[in-house]
Amino acid sequence: MNRSLQKTGKALCTLCALLLLHASYAQSDADAIMMNKKQLCNGFSYDHASWDHYWEGTRKRNNENLGTVTNQSIMYMGAYGITDKLNITATLPYIWTKASAGTLHPLNGLQDGSLFIKWIPVSHKFGEHKLRLFAMGGISTPLSNYAVDFLPMSIGLGSTNLTARGMVDYNWNRFTVTGAASFIWRSNVTLDKDAYYDTQAHLTNEVKMPHATQYQLRTGYRGKYLIAEALLTRQTTLGGFDITRNNSPFPSNRFNSTNIGLYLKYTLKPFTNLSLQGGGNYTVAGRNVGQTKAFNLGVFYAFYTGKK
Amino acid sequence: MKKFLSLCIAAGLVLLVSSCSKEIVERTDNTPALNPARPDLNAGTWKPVLLTGPAEFPVAAPLATSNPDYIAQINEIKSWQADLTTAEKRLVKYWSAGAVLRWNEIMRELVAKHNLPPYQNSDGTYPIPNANNPLAYPLFPFSNPPYAARAYAYVSAAQYDALVAAWYYKKLYNRPAPYKVDTTLKVMVPKTDLPSYPSEDAVVAGAAVETLKLLFPGDQEYIQQKAEEQKRAKIISGACVRSDIEAGEALGKAVAQKFVTRARNDRAGAAVGSQPMWTQLETTAQGKGETPWYSLEFPRRPPMLPVFGKVRGFLIDSLGVIALRPGPPPSTGSEQMKKDAAEVREMAKNFSREHQRMVDVWADGVGTYTPAGHWNAIAAEDFIQQNYSEVRWARNMALLNMSQMDAAIVCWDIKYFYFNPRPSQMDPVVKTLTGVPNFPAYVSGHATFSRAAATILGHIIPARAAQYETWAQEAGMSRFFAGIHYRTDCEGGLQVGKNVGNFAVQRALTDGAE
Repeated sequence: MNRSLQKTGKALCTLCALLLLHASYAQSDADAIMMNKKQLCNGFSYDHASWDHYWEGTRKRNNENLGTVTNQSIMYMGAYGITDKLNITATLPYIWTKASAGTLHPLNGLQDGSLFIKWIPVSHKFGEHKLRLFAMGGISTPLSNYAVDFLPMSIGLGSTNLTARGMVDYNWNRFTVTGAASFIWRSNVTLDKDAYYDTQAHLTNEVKMPHATQYQLRTGYRGKYLIAEALLTRQTTLGGFDITRNNSPFPSNRFNSTNIGLYLKYTLKPFTNLSLQGGGNYTVAGRNVGQTKAFNLGVFYAFYTGKK
Repeated sequence: MKKFLSLCIAAGLVLLVSSCSKEIVERTDNTPALNPARPDLNAGTWKPVLLTGPAEFPVAAPLATSNPDYIAQINEIKSWQADLTTAEKRLVKYWSAGAVLRWNEIMRELVAKHNLPPYQNSDGTYPIPNANNPLAYPLFPFSNPPYAARAYAYVSAAQYDALVAAWYYKKLYNRPAPYKVDTTLKVMVPKTDLPSYPSEDAVVAGAAVETLKLLFPGDQEYIQQKAEEQKRAKIISGACVRSDIEAGEALGKAVAQKFVTRARNDRAGAAVGSQPMWTQLETTAQGKGETPWYSLEFPRRPPMLPVFGKVRGFLIDSLGVIALRPGPPPSTGSEQMKKDAAEVREMAKNFSREHQRMVDVWADGVGTYTPAGHWNAIAAEDFIQQNYSEVRWARNMALLNMSQMDAAIVCWDIKYFYFNPRPSQMDPVVKTLTGVPNFPAYVSGHATFSRAAATILGHIIPARAAQYETWAQEAGMSRFFAGIHYRTDCEGGLQVGKNVGNFAVQRALTDGAE
C-alpha cells in the first residue's frame, strides 16, 4: 500500500463511521465483485417483477380489483474502481407500474438514484482460502417528484435512504460464501394530502418512515467467466404498521420479506469487455408485500479509463 | 481524489444534519389556549337546532361560592396542582386549545379509522356492518362520505344546542370562575369573565360522548377516556370546579339525547336498501332507455347507501331536496355523452403531476376523514385564528356540518334518481388516479360537499371566501382530472353545492348570532 492509499483509507474511515450511524440503501450492489483500479463497468438491466397475491398484514390474499401488479424497470448501473479495494457504484432506474385488473392508472417515472462506496479494509489469504471484509455505505434518493400515496401503483416510497452495510466474503477455489448485514436509515416522506391515518390521525403531510434492516446470504461459484450464486435475502422494517383490512398499502407500512434468488453473470470469452447478467427472485414469506416473482437481464461493458 | 473524498464527507455531514429531524410537529399540536375575543354572553338567546328553547332541560342552581362544599372543590384543584406530572401538563395544554376543536379532531379520527369498505364474503356477496355487534368484522360503522357527513352534523349540532343552553344558565346563575372566588388559585389557562357554571367544556364532552355512542359504538373506551382526560384537565387547570363539570356534562348528555332520538328515526338506518331495490334502480334506468350504473368492483359491490337521499336533513325538507335536483345528465346513448367520455379519456391520458397533486389532496377516499372531514379540518384551522368563544365555535361547526349532511342527502338523491355510469364503465380504457367510488356519477359528491362548505364558510369568514371558492372548484374538478367523473358531474355538483350552502347561510343570518 502506498502513502496516498493510506491517506485514502483514513479519510474513508471517517466517512464510514458517519454512514454506519446514519446509513443508506441501494437497489442491489450487495455483491462481493470488485472493479480493478481505473476500471469502469457499466450497462443496463431490465427488471420485471409481478405478484397477484400479497400479504395484507399477515393475511395472504389476492385482489380482483388489481389482478396482477407488474413493475418493470430499466436501470443504468455503473461501477468504478478508484483502487482495487475501493469502488463506487451508481444506479439510475426508470420504472413502470401497472395492474392487470381494476381501474387504477399505470404510472411511470424516474425513481430513486443511488450512489455507493464499497471498500475492502481487510483481506487475508490462507493458502487456498481467501477471506475479505467489506464496508459499504451509500445513499439513494428520489430523482423525480413522484406521488407516494398511490400504492401499489406509486413508483417508489419517496424516502432518502442511507445504508451502512458490512459484508464477509469467503472464497475457496471457485466456491464462495458471502454474508451481508445492512442497516437502512430512511428519511420522512411528504404526501400530497395534508392529513392521514395510520393507526391514529395525523394532521400533517409528513410521514415518519421506520428504518429497516437487510440480511443477505449468497453462495455459489465464482469463476473467471461465469458467476452463479444462490441468494437468500431477508428485509425487515423496524416498526411501521400493517395494512388495514381491505385498504391500500401506505409508505410507512411494516414491509417485511424473505426472498430466494439466483444470480448469474457471464463474461464473454472472446470479448471480455462484455458481460451478460441474469437472475431471478421469489418471495417465500412476507408481510404487507406482494408475493413477487421477478427476473432481470442485463448487459454490461467494462473497460479501463487509464493506465492500470 | 482528496477533493472527491472531502466532497463525499461534506455531503454526508449535510445529510446527517438535515436528516436528524425525524420528529414531526402536526398542525394543531401547539395551538395556543383558547382566549375568546368576545365571550358572546348573550348566546343563550341564539336559535337552537332542535331544542324548543335554552331552558328545555333544567340545570339546578349551583352552590354558593361561600359554601364549604364549594371551597372543598377549590381545594381539589389546589391539591392536583401541587403535584403535576408531565402527562397532566400535556393534557391541560391539549384541551386548553378548545373543546369543540379537540372533539372535532377526535371525530375526524374516528371517521378515518372506520372509512373502510368491508371485504367480501366467500360467496361474492358483501357483509353489512352491524351496529349491535360493532367489534366483529366488518366493524361498525363503515363511515363512508354520507355516513360521515351525518355523524359530523349530529355531534356538532348537539354540541351547539347544548352550549346555547349552557350559556343561558351561565348568565342566569352567574357563578364566577374559581379563580375569581379565590384569587390565590393558580390558573393554567387564560382568565375570562364568563361564568363557569355549567362548564362549557363538560357540556361539549357530554354531548360528544352521548352522540358518539350511537355513531361509533365500538370505540367507547377511547371516547370515554378522552372525556375523562378533558374533565380532569379542566379541573387541574383551575378553569372550573368539579360541580361546574358535573352540571355541564349532565346538560350536554341530556341535550344530546334529543339528537340521538332524532338520529334513530331519520331514516339513515334504511339507507343501505335491499337487493330488490338495487335491481329496481337498474330496471328504472333501463326503462328510461339509459345504460344503468353498475359497480366497477370485483366482486360487484351493492351501491353505496342508495336510499340516503331520503334521510331527514337539518336544513332542507324532503320536498326541498327534490326541488334541488338538476336536470338529467347527457343520455348515455347521446353524442354529447360520447364527447364527454372522450374528454375524460383524453384527460386520463394526458394528466400532469399538478393534476395528480390536486387529485391526491382532495381524494379524501378510503381510510380518510372524507370530504366533509377535510372541510372540517379547513374550518377548524381557520377558526383557531378567529379566537371564537366555544359557543360560536360550535355554532359555526354546526352550520358547516348541517350543510355537509344535507349536501350528502341532496347529492345522493340526485345520484340514485339518475343512476348514471362512471366514465370507466362506459369506456374501460379510462384509468383513474384514485379509486372509483362505488355509486353513480351524476352529480359529483366532492363538488357538492366542497361548494356547500365553501359557501357557508365564506359567509362565516368573508375574508377567506375567495380562497374557499378556489378550493371548492379545485376539489370538484379534481374528480374529473382523476378520470372518475365527467366534467358535467363536477360542474353540476358545484352548482348543487352552492344551493345547499345557501340554506346554511340563510340559517346563519337568522339564528341571532350575527
